[in-house]
Amino acid sequence: MDQAGGIRVNVLGNAFGYLADPANWTGPEGIWALLAQQLLISVTALGLALLLGLPVALWLGHLGRGGFLAINISNVGRAIPTYALLALLVIADWPGTATFGPYGRAGLATLIALAAFALPPIITHAYVAVREVPEEVRESARGMGMSGRQLFTRVELPLALPLVATGIRLALVQVWATATIAALVAGPGLGRVITDGFANTDYGKGVAGAIVVAAVALVLEAGGSLLQRWADPLEGTAPSSP
Amino acid sequence: MTLLAAVPSADEPGPSCYSRLVNDWFCPAYLVDRRQELLDATWQHLWISVVAVLAGVLIAFPLALLARRSARLEAAVVGTATGLYTIPSLALFPLLVPFTGISATTVVVGLALYCLTILVRAMLQGLRSVPDDVTEAATGLGYAPTRLLFRVELPLALPVIMAGLRVATVSTVALTTVGALVANGGLGNLIADGVFSNFRAELLAACVLCVLLAVLLDLVVVGLQRVATPWTRRAESG
Repeated sequence: MDQAGGIRVNVLGNAFGYLADPANWTGPEGIWALLAQQLLISVTALGLALLLGLPVALWLGHLGRGGFLAINISNVGRAIPTYALLALLVIADWPGTATFGPYGRAGLATLIALAAFALPPIITHAYVAVREVPEEVRESARGMGMSGRQLFTRVELPLALPLVATGIRLALVQVWATATIAALVAGPGLGRVITDGFANTDYGKGVAGAIVVAAVALVLEAGGSLLQRWADPLEGTAPSSP
Repeated sequence: MTLLAAVPSADEPGPSCYSRLVNDWFCPAYLVDRRQELLDATWQHLWISVVAVLAGVLIAFPLALLARRSARLEAAVVGTATGLYTIPSLALFPLLVPFTGISATTVVVGLALYCLTILVRAMLQGLRSVPDDVTEAATGLGYAPTRLLFRVELPLALPVIMAGLRVATVSTVALTTVGALVANGGLGNLIADGVFSNFRAELLAACVLCVLLAVLLDLVVVGLQRVATPWTRRAESG
């Protein structure tokens, strides 16, 4: 018991020691650089997923078609571990581990895996958001003589926006969290601090990396909520999951 | 050597499809030769996932009952759960290591915490979905609080709770792979080894088994739900 306690204190002490050393924060392999890289890759992957998923999902919601697919795609996506998908992409001939611009080693594979991860919840959220526009509102818009397109752009889209925004905020936090996994295939991002620490039995370093990753996730979550509440005070208590 | 691989003959077998020279994605010989390794990893994956989900259910239930006693308690419980869920798995496991070490316990505890957050929300949502007039009628019939909970509220909340259980189960099976970080990730260990040694047959087999396991456990939960709520089926057919 005493021994375990001693190890515990050591690991946590080493972790804070690692964080307290400014040398670990600067430089091309420092915490700041890796943090920026992971943010960049998370935002890019989310952007890709939005570009691909949002128009289709919103339009399907407008048509009221493909609901079964739009809702169940999230369940299918959940069953596929992002780690497994990433591993397959990295070992395949393409995209492999090739360095990709500022995204670093295995950058393209990471982007694809993360975008694929973010796509299902975005589709489900956007579809549900449009479908939740009350039928009376839709009918009165039609009664006023709006065409299908006008109904979509002037009524459904504005009313669906808060819920779509909630979906994007949740997706950003989840993509950030999942991007950490790229380090398991020696990819980009802050997860590398964690995996390096564990690979070299420097658990203090591993725990230090975990603390930073968790802290940024909490900041993103809280910041997103605040931003959304500020932009739309009525939407403070939106349902957070589909 | 490439010649040998290119011209396989029936009498003299060339290099196996999982040798380093061939490195096929799909290789039945690998599945046969490494059967025991695959079974062991699948078994570890299965028990880690199941124990984590069961632990999550056991802790979530009293927490949900506690949380619905007051709005402030509910905000505290749901807020803490959301915060926990925000922490990436690759960060949560290391944060647990100082307490539980490099062990399967670390993975089970971490995954149970994630399940907990999904399940507490589902339970609160399910219990809230029970119509007020139903609980009032039951109370009027003389149901004491405990009996009301187990005979009226829980059965009616069950569909929503089971939906949450399905989400928790499937995502737990997927997240177990990340346990490879602390060398206890079930099939995740094989994925890690497959990446490390560029072993395609091992990697693909582990990925496919992992998805199959998720689908299988999902079906088990759906089956449980059907057995537990026979009236929903009667309503469908009638």
